[in-house]
Amino acid sequence: MPRKTMIEAVREAMDVMMGRDDDVVVFGEDVGFFGGVFRATQGLQAKYGKSRCFDAPISELGIVGAAVGMAAYGLRPCVEVQFADYMYPAYDQIVSEAARLRYRSNGQFSCPLVIRMPTGGGIFGGQTHSQSPEALFTHVSGLKTVVPSNPSDAKGLLISAIEDPDPVIFLEPKRLYNGPFDGHHERPITPWTKHELGDVADGYYTVPLGKSVVRREGAAVTVLAYGTMVHVAMAAAADTEVDAEIIDLRTLLPLDLEAIEASVRKTGRCVVIHEATLTSGFGAELSALVQETCFYHLEAPIMRVAGWDTPYPHAQEWDYFPGPARVGRALLETVEL
Amino acid sequence: MGDHSDPAEYGPLKLHIPEPAVRPGDAPDFSNVVIPKAGQVARPEVNADPESMRDLAYSIIRVLNRDGEAVGPWAGLLSDEELLEGLRHMMTLRTFDTRMLMAQRQGKTSFYMQHMGEEAVSCAFRKALRPGDMNFPTYRQAGLLIAAGYPLVHMMCQIYSNELDPLKGRQMPVLYSSKEHGFFSVSGNLATQYIQAVGWAMASAIKNDSKIAAGWIGDGSTAESDFHAALVFASTYKPPVVLNIVNNQWAISTFQGIARGGSGTFAARGLGFGIPALRVDGNDYLAVHAVAKWAIERARRNLGPTLIEHVTYRVGAHSSSDDPSAYRPKTESDAWPLGDPVIRLKNHLIVRGAWSEERHKQAEAEVLDAVIAAQKEAESHGTLHAGGKPSARDVFEGVYATMPPHLRRQRQQAGV
Repeated sequence: MPRKTMIEAVREAMDVMMGRDDDVVVFGEDVGFFGGVFRATQGLQAKYGKSRCFDAPISELGIVGAAVGMAAYGLRPCVEVQFADYMYPAYDQIVSEAARLRYRSNGQFSCPLVIRMPTGGGIFGGQTHSQSPEALFTHVSGLKTVVPSNPSDAKGLLISAIEDPDPVIFLEPKRLYNGPFDGHHERPITPWTKHELGDVADGYYTVPLGKSVVRREGAAVTVLAYGTMVHVAMAAAADTEVDAEIIDLRTLLPLDLEAIEASVRKTGRCVVIHEATLTSGFGAELSALVQETCFYHLEAPIMRVAGWDTPYPHAQEWDYFPGPARVGRALLETVEL
Repeated sequence: MGDHSDPAEYGPLKLHIPEPAVRPGDAPDFSNVVIPKAGQVARPEVNADPESMRDLAYSIIRVLNRDGEAVGPWAGLLSDEELLEGLRHMMTLRTFDTRMLMAQRQGKTSFYMQHMGEEAVSCAFRKALRPGDMNFPTYRQAGLLIAAGYPLVHMMCQIYSNELDPLKGRQMPVLYSSKEHGFFSVSGNLATQYIQAVGWAMASAIKNDSKIAAGWIGDGSTAESDFHAALVFASTYKPPVVLNIVNNQWAISTFQGIARGGSGTFAARGLGFGIPALRVDGNDYLAVHAVAKWAIERARRNLGPTLIEHVTYRVGAHSSSDDPSAYRPKTESDAWPLGDPVIRLKNHLIVRGAWSEERHKQAEAEVLDAVIAAQKEAESHGTLHAGGKPSARDVFEGVYATMPPHLRRQRQQAGV
């Protein structure tokens, strides 16, 4: 099977869907002629024409608002917000419009819209190119939120997202675009060509929304992770030799609670990790759900490892990032309790 | 280096806060509203260079004069039958408002918003559209539905949130939705739908369709970023969209000068975007229809967007929760120089020999009977706090196309 980067995987998903469905349109800042600042849409304008893939003015509100209107007409827009940090001007259109259109019109109108956003840190992007705002979307009824951790999933999940009848927030961890970054920033970079999850089949295939996958089977503790932190958790388990069961959630909402429940009932311990800030983060929701569903199976308190509750700093990136050392300490602490 | 500014030379800076001409207790004063004579404003060809019609953003296109005659280059588009139908739509909307406001006062619903004084804007505009076109309305364009033949009973069932509410009790009163009638779901948020109208029109152009979109916004919410994003996108992609601003002078208690600032007119906002911008007498059914037809023709011919400022006056309160006497003179609406849209069309039809005072009185009675009959039927299916109502199950339905597991669990917890 061909090995591809996550950028190539994302591009192929859009390419496949634009080829299969004339109603799929792609636009955003720098997305058309140039192919996007991360090159995710490279070649799509040349292949499908300017009315299917085009540049937008620097207005996230305008990009998402126009896409809501297009979706209401019957198109399937897949738009790019250049960095998740830039989505705030569009937040009202996402929360009050895209997410609620089906409900408030009793199904007369719907919003089959995908909003792709590069997310997360690890690239020295400072506070405006590093944020992980997933909890701001999972808190909104009517949205689905997806965070892939590898090229193979990214393509199948994005195809599922474009085919989905409802709005999907598709957060692409930008540090994973070129390789499976595990938080060991001092080590040489591993490319996706050296990783089995860089296997991306040609053509059409889907990975269903709402289904998690076990990345590492284990008996001592369940780790709930998504995006970049899946690889950090793998490194932490290897570094500490803790027999962790690592679940890659893939979709945060709808959440695969059944798989979480089955794992925690087996291990009796749970560590929840994410790059986003701790307080009111998605980890709080996960922690609450595990407590509600697995309380009598728990042998230790549920621990959370997350970004500190500060803006994302520039120079102190590795002091901020919840890397394998911090995750490893949490694993050891949890299994020793 | 020290500070070399000299306070004596410049004096202290002061913030400018615009104020309306008058406040409660003062005599109404519209001397600042310049009203050109009917028939005075030229009618450019639809494909004329936008640069050549910039003055239209500063005048007011009017057709009906003080004597009730239709005059000038924008006149002559509508037959007696079409005008009589328009009059009937406006009378229906006014009577509908009266009855629903009363129903709100009787506790049959939580809230209501009336159109008094603005009936011509939505009723006349709708008649210039074709089936398949899509409006992205605010909460004060119910004339778009009435003139499109949407049943009054459906509107009332929505207002009452009863068992036949087409929106299952999910939306506040008057936030209607009817795709079939070219009426996009009203959000209740302000201005968000303006850029969506532009997007919908872009989609129509992408698909090489022939349908056009119409966006609607009030004077106050033109201050929102959504308005400006809509103009940028409309200017860039030139989609088939008509962007309407209904300037009814008041945004709840805030006079239009707070949103307008120093731009002269709201229509003038379009000029910097190269979008043809017209002002029209919003209380003149014939003028609104003629300008709408012109702008829609431009859209249909792929000539791009048009901005229309409908100059009108909100005679009633903003909503059933508002008391205008707290912020404007009680008699201000009587002094509004563009008169009443229903009376003006009625007088015009009498001048044309197509109508009379007697027939008007008779029509008023017929309209009232029809509205009361619809109300009785709607109320037989329940009102907000009595009779048939949407199911509690409907709270959980329709959030997604397929109900996800967490909502199924919550619905079970709710026991419905």
